[in-house]
Amino acid sequence: MRVPVVTGAGSAASAALPRERASVSRLTRMLESEKLLAAALLTPGVLVLVLFIAYPFVMAIWFSLTSIRVGDPGEFIGLANFTKAWNDDIFQHAFKNTVFYTFWATIFKFALGMWLALLLNRHFRFKRIIRASMLLPFIIPTVLSAFAWRWMFDPTFSVMNWLLFHTGLITDRLPFLSDGDWAMWCAVLVNTWRGMPFFAITLLAGLQTISPDLHEAAALDGAGAWHRFWHVTWPLLMPVTLVVVVFSVIQTFSDFQLIYVLTGGGPANSTHLIATYAYQVGVASGLLGEGAALSLFMFPVLFAVVWFQLRYMKRMEGH
Amino acid sequence: MLIERKWKKWVVFYLPMALFIVFTLFPFYWMAVTAIRPDPELYRTWRQASATPFWTLHPTLEHFKGLMQTTAFPHWLWNTMLIALVSTVISLICGMFAGYALARLKFRGSEFLGTAIFVTYLVPQTLLFIPLADIIRDMHLGNTPWALMLTYPTFLIPFCTWLLMGYFKTIPKELEECARIDGATRFGAMVRIIFPVAIPGILSAGIFAFTLSWNEFIYALIFMSSAELKTVPVGVVSELIRGDIFFWGQLMAGALLGSVPVALVYSFFVEYYVTGLTGSVKG
Repeated sequence: MRVPVVTGAGSAASAALPRERASVSRLTRMLESEKLLAAALLTPGVLVLVLFIAYPFVMAIWFSLTSIRVGDPGEFIGLANFTKAWNDDIFQHAFKNTVFYTFWATIFKFALGMWLALLLNRHFRFKRIIRASMLLPFIIPTVLSAFAWRWMFDPTFSVMNWLLFHTGLITDRLPFLSDGDWAMWCAVLVNTWRGMPFFAITLLAGLQTISPDLHEAAALDGAGAWHRFWHVTWPLLMPVTLVVVVFSVIQTFSDFQLIYVLTGGGPANSTHLIATYAYQVGVASGLLGEGAALSLFMFPVLFAVVWFQLRYMKRMEGH
Repeated sequence: MLIERKWKKWVVFYLPMALFIVFTLFPFYWMAVTAIRPDPELYRTWRQASATPFWTLHPTLEHFKGLMQTTAFPHWLWNTMLIALVSTVISLICGMFAGYALARLKFRGSEFLGTAIFVTYLVPQTLLFIPLADIIRDMHLGNTPWALMLTYPTFLIPFCTWLLMGYFKTIPKELEECARIDGATRFGAMVRIIFPVAIPGILSAGIFAFTLSWNEFIYALIFMSSAELKTVPVGVVSELIRGDIFFWGQLMAGALLGSVPVALVYSFFVEYYVTGLTGSVKG
C-alpha cells in the first residue's frame, strides 16, 4: 500500500527542475553510505523512544528525589520518599499483593496454557474456529472484560453466587470482591483467564515445531504419555517457555487496569498493586514525587527479569 | 499414531476442552445477555426464585440506545479507532526503517541499539506515567489525540522493530543485490523490493500494534480529560459509573460494542496474528 506512494514521489522528483534534481541526487548519494542510511532510518524510532521513554525515566528518578506535587515544583529531599514508602503499611501490603498476584497468576497461566496447548495440538473438528475463539480474552480490551467479571462477582446480582446456591454448594453468598483475600484470588483468576490464551498459542507454536518422529521413537521405546511429555516435549519447549514467562511476569507485575476496574484497590486499600497505589498517590492525590518513588519500586524486579532474559538470549545466540 | 479408547478420549480430551471453552467464553456470553436484558430483570437478586440468569425472555435494545444517545460513545469509538490507526502507522514506519537498518546495515553500535530497543519494550507504562503526564503538559499536548498518538508508539515501535527485523533477516540478500545491480539505490531497493516481500510480517506487526493500542488504558486515562475526547475503555470506566451507580446494561453494551472492531480486525487476520505473536516471541 505504501509502495505506490513512494514510487510516485520518486517519479515526481525526477520530473522536477534540474536544481532540485541535483539536491535529490546528493541525498540519494548520501543514503548509499550504510552508516548514513542506518542513521537516517533509525532516527525517527529512536527519537520517539528517547523522548517518551528515556527522558520520562530520568524524570521519574528526579521526581522521586523531590517533594514535587501538582502546582508545586518542590525541593530536593533525597531518599525521603523511598523511606516513607518503605514504612507505609499500604505500600508494604501492595508490594506483597503484587508478588502474590504475579506468582500465582503466572503459575496458573502457564499450567493451564500448557494444558490447553496440548489439547489444541491434537486433531479435532472445528479446530480453527475453536483455536481462534480461545484467543478472544487476550484480544478484547482488558478494561472491558474486567467489567464483565466485576459484574459476575457483584455482591447482590452475582451469577456465580446464583449458580453455587442453586447447585447447593453454598448457603450464603461468597464475598468475591468485598473481602481483601477473596478479591486477590479473584484478580488472579481474571488475570489467568486473560493471559492463558497467550501462553497456549505460543506454546502451541512451540509444540508444532517438535517432530512427531521423536514422540513415536519414544513410544516405541516404551515411554508412556507422561514420560514422553517430561523427557521429550518439556525440554524442547524450554526456550519458548522462558520467553513467555518473562513477558508475562513483566506484564503482570506492572499490571494496573485489571485491579483498577475490579476493585479499585479496595476494600480498605487491601488489594492495591504497586501500580494502582502509585496512581492513587501520584495522580489522584497529586503527590507526584511520592507516586514516582512508589512506581520506581517496580524497577529492581523488572530489571532483574530483563537482565535474566538478555543473558539467556546471548547464551542462545552463542550456541 | 497412538490409539486411544473412546471413554479415555472423553476424559482426557473432550471434557477438558469443553471446560476450557466454557471458561474462556462465558464472560462474553454474560456480557451479551446483560446488554439485552431489561433493567427490571437485571436488578433482581440471585436469591429470587424467578431469576433466570442465563437467558432473557424480553430482550431489549434500550441499553444500546441509551449508550448511543445519552453518552459520547460514538465519539469514543471514533477516537479509539483514529488513535489506534495513527499510532499503528507511525510505529510501523519507524519499525520498518529501524528493523531494516538493524537487520541489513553494518554500522557501529548496531548490536547495542538492538538491545536498547528491546529493553524499552520491557519498560511498562506504569513505571513512566507520572513524569510523562508532566512532559505531555509541557508540550501542550494534554487532552489532544496527539498525546496518545505519540506515546503509544513507545510500546509499539520496539516490538514492531524486533518482529520485522526477524522477518527481514529471512529474506534472501540476493533479492536486494539483483535490484542494486539493476541500478536501484539502497533506499529504493528497501522500499520497492524488501518491504513488499515482507508484507505478511508487516501485516502481523500492524494487527498486533492495532490491538495493543485499542487495549491501552493508563495513558488514555491520565492524558485525556474531556468526555468527548476519551477512548472506549476510559469512557466506559469514567462516564458509565455515576457516583456509586453502575449502569450495568449500558456498561456491558459498551463493552460489547467496544470489543467488536478489534475482534473483527483480529478475525480477518487470525493466521497473521498468530504467526506474528509466536514470531515475535521466537525472534
